[in-house]
Amino acid sequence: MAKDQDKILSEVTQSEYKYGFVTDIENDVIPKGLSEDVVRLISKKKEEPGWMLDFRLKAYRYWLGLKMPEWAHLKIPKIDFQDVIYYAAPKQKADLESLDEVDPQLLETFDKLGIPLEEQKRLSGVAVDAVMDSVSVKTTFQDNLADLGIVFCSFSQAVREHPDLVKKYMGSVVPYRDNYFAALNSAVFSDGSFCYIPKGVRCPMELSTYFRINAANTGQFERTLLIADDDSYVSYLEGCTAPQRDENQLHAAIVEIVAMKNAEVKYSTVQNWYPGDKEGKGGIFNFVTKRGLCMGDHSKISWTQVETGSAITWKYPSCILRGNSSVGEFFSVAVTNNYQQADTGTKMIHIGKNTKSIIVSKGISAGKSQNSYRGLVKVSKNAESARNFSQCDSLLLGDQCGAHTFPYLEVDNSTAIVEHEATTSKIGEDQIFYCNQRGIDTENAIGLIVNGYTKEVLNKLPMEFAVEAQKLLQITLEGSVG
Amino acid sequence: MDVATENKKISTELSDWYFSSRDRLMASSSSLINAYRPEAMEVFRELGIPDQKQENYKYTNIGKSFLMPFRKYIEPKKILFSVEDLFHCDIPDLDTEVVLLVNGWYYENQNQLQTLDNGMIIGSMAVAAQKYPDLVKEHYGKYVDFRTDGLLALNTAFAQDGTFIYVPKNAGSNQAVQIVNLLLSPEDLFVQHRNLVIVEEGAQAVVVVCDHTLSGNKFLTNAVTEVFVGANAHVEFYKVQNEHNDSQQVATTHFHQERDSHVNFNTVTLHGGLIRNNVYAKLNGKGADNNTLGLFLADQNQHVDSYTFIDHAVADCTSNQNYKGILDDKATGVFAGKILVRQEAQRTTAYQTNNNICLTDEARMKTKPILEIYADDVKCSHGATVGQLDENALFYMQSRGISCRESRLLLMYAFGHEILKKVTISPLRDRLDDLVEKRLRGELSRCNSCSLHCQ
Repeated sequence: MAKDQDKILSEVTQSEYKYGFVTDIENDVIPKGLSEDVVRLISKKKEEPGWMLDFRLKAYRYWLGLKMPEWAHLKIPKIDFQDVIYYAAPKQKADLESLDEVDPQLLETFDKLGIPLEEQKRLSGVAVDAVMDSVSVKTTFQDNLADLGIVFCSFSQAVREHPDLVKKYMGSVVPYRDNYFAALNSAVFSDGSFCYIPKGVRCPMELSTYFRINAANTGQFERTLLIADDDSYVSYLEGCTAPQRDENQLHAAIVEIVAMKNAEVKYSTVQNWYPGDKEGKGGIFNFVTKRGLCMGDHSKISWTQVETGSAITWKYPSCILRGNSSVGEFFSVAVTNNYQQADTGTKMIHIGKNTKSIIVSKGISAGKSQNSYRGLVKVSKNAESARNFSQCDSLLLGDQCGAHTFPYLEVDNSTAIVEHEATTSKIGEDQIFYCNQRGIDTENAIGLIVNGYTKEVLNKLPMEFAVEAQKLLQITLEGSVG
Repeated sequence: MDVATENKKISTELSDWYFSSRDRLMASSSSLINAYRPEAMEVFRELGIPDQKQENYKYTNIGKSFLMPFRKYIEPKKILFSVEDLFHCDIPDLDTEVVLLVNGWYYENQNQLQTLDNGMIIGSMAVAAQKYPDLVKEHYGKYVDFRTDGLLALNTAFAQDGTFIYVPKNAGSNQAVQIVNLLLSPEDLFVQHRNLVIVEEGAQAVVVVCDHTLSGNKFLTNAVTEVFVGANAHVEFYKVQNEHNDSQQVATTHFHQERDSHVNFNTVTLHGGLIRNNVYAKLNGKGADNNTLGLFLADQNQHVDSYTFIDHAVADCTSNQNYKGILDDKATGVFAGKILVRQEAQRTTAYQTNNNICLTDEARMKTKPILEIYADDVKCSHGATVGQLDENALFYMQSRGISCRESRLLLMYAFGHEILKKVTISPLRDRLDDLVEKRLRGELSRCNSCSLHCQ
């Protein structure tokens, strides 16, 4: 039986990336390299106002003085920031009015991804803001949302049409001085999504963006800003895939969320970028800064993520619980295989009174991968009666991989209750034996166990996403999940 | 002056001191201790005093302690009165072989190197290095890696004296060796001592280390203890820290464990201004078992930082860590524990628990339990909590006529007792129970003989 398991595990490590294809769409690219001129050029191409350029330049100059962070449990090959194209936009004639005008090849890409715009528009009622290589191609359902006063558009459109909101909130949660990659993103970000939910509005549908890195050697630097005004609710979905490329592609994104009084934001991510091949060649470098600010009382921000892709993942979706009785949640499944490396987790900063946070992190490592959870729970002095519970479990498939846990608990208030627990184990032979005994073969048994193991997190995903997330788990651990 | 310049200044001062007193240092010690000095100094000059940018010292500003104008000596200062008159251990019925270290030097009025009936050798590190060079050479400096930490390098560069214990193969008894570290000086003093405990195959040893201050001056201690635990050997190691709150201490204990060896290490911290305890355990032989426990009670402005690093280097080992802390007033506590399971270390079982109680709003606790695992067939878990006393339990007791104060004490006492009950020497356990209870009641809970001039 042990042999079977080995065989299955080795099959797992041999599964190929299913979404590896390149869509041949004409790109408008600028030459490689990063300089003040490039920053100006990007800003010019995007026809941005002066204040936006100033912001970019400030960030760029600050970035120049920074050094690449080394604290993560990752082996990051030296990145040549001059060898990256910082802007690549699919050539398009004018703004598109309907789906018919969208490039058919582009639509085909989405078909391959299993999320055809048509389908989604018709069946699931999801408004999709599809971002393909840095420029938002098509934003659907905008009119329906506009009736409710919801603004859901590309970031560049927001800069043009809602400069006040952008000016007020951009950089308020993740300032450009936050970290190395936040500074880089602030300098060169190409596009992203912008969302504003007005007071008292409950967004009737799941808002969704699909990011996809397409052109070779382009770093994608998108930026998302989500503002939920008083008493509003929104559920936001973000999914990512990238075609198969040999060279590492750089991705440094920023997501900022602001939740006002009584507002609730649910942010779900499925990340399935190209993880590199079996020898660890290629793959996406994913350095993301995601942070939500619970500004008002009784606000709630919930992060759910399924991380199956990228050669390197560096990502810590965090919550700053400033409002009294605000709630932060973080649910994560991170799967690494072959030579993938993931250092992911969260930060829960309790500032307001009676704030609560929960962290559930499930790591699965296979092949020769390294999977780390890194989290901070900080209870500041005035956060009376703060409550946190963290649970981090790791599952190891194979004897070459690693699973690590780096939790930080900083408690400055005596009324706080902070708990952390973590376990690391492999799938028990007794569990597999039990399944075998009942006629379930080893492959299905592993599938069953992994499924059960991640259920707690997958349950938090919106329906449409949960199905896809399960599919992704299957692909990543193919051969073991039935 | 910013921290980097301050630390640079301290490092320069210390290295200047090293070079100006190098000849005297070399002349005072055996060549095998001297052999480590040049490289250790080199490493220290490179690493310096650890600052808070270093992950392992993130929550403790150790440089600040070094800034005070401490006196440092290459030769022990004569103590003009008998230490025995000042100090005698007051633990009733504790049958131990007592040795005294005064300001880091083996106390001169006791046998410098004695051999017991069962073959055990107890004595001064400096003398042992001269008399048993082969034995010392085999183990000295072999376990602590001074390249990883500036303070270890500093200790290695200046190491002169300390306690030496040798338990030959299959020897040993239940009788404990009690090492009493006394700090007694009319001036503020910087003390470093280096201890070596060798417990050979199948042997058994019980060691109790007590830290005391006998004068109210400021003290800074940087001590390193290496413990070799041979195959099948069994070591019980207790550390009772009871210095006054103007003293500061960095104590590193490193266990190197061979096949099927057992170590129980228990640190009880009652008093002391700034305390940093580093515990390293390398499980280097199959079946080795390590239990590392700690309890600290901190109040006023005390700062207690416990750092543990359990290295599972081979398969089939078990380790268990349990640290507890009670923080009162403005005290700050830190726990940073790490379990490393190397790729070869299959079938490892490793647990780590850290529970803390903060009693006031000013008390602060930082905890960082880390797992780093490279093998798949393992059972590892860790848990950490920071909280308060259970209100339901308090209510339960009060509804049965126990006063609020008394029920709080009971709960805290029970919380700490989980660590203390693992102490196998019953007189010591009773005494510690007593000390902890007194400490929780806020009574002066020092050993009776401690002629404290402070507070």
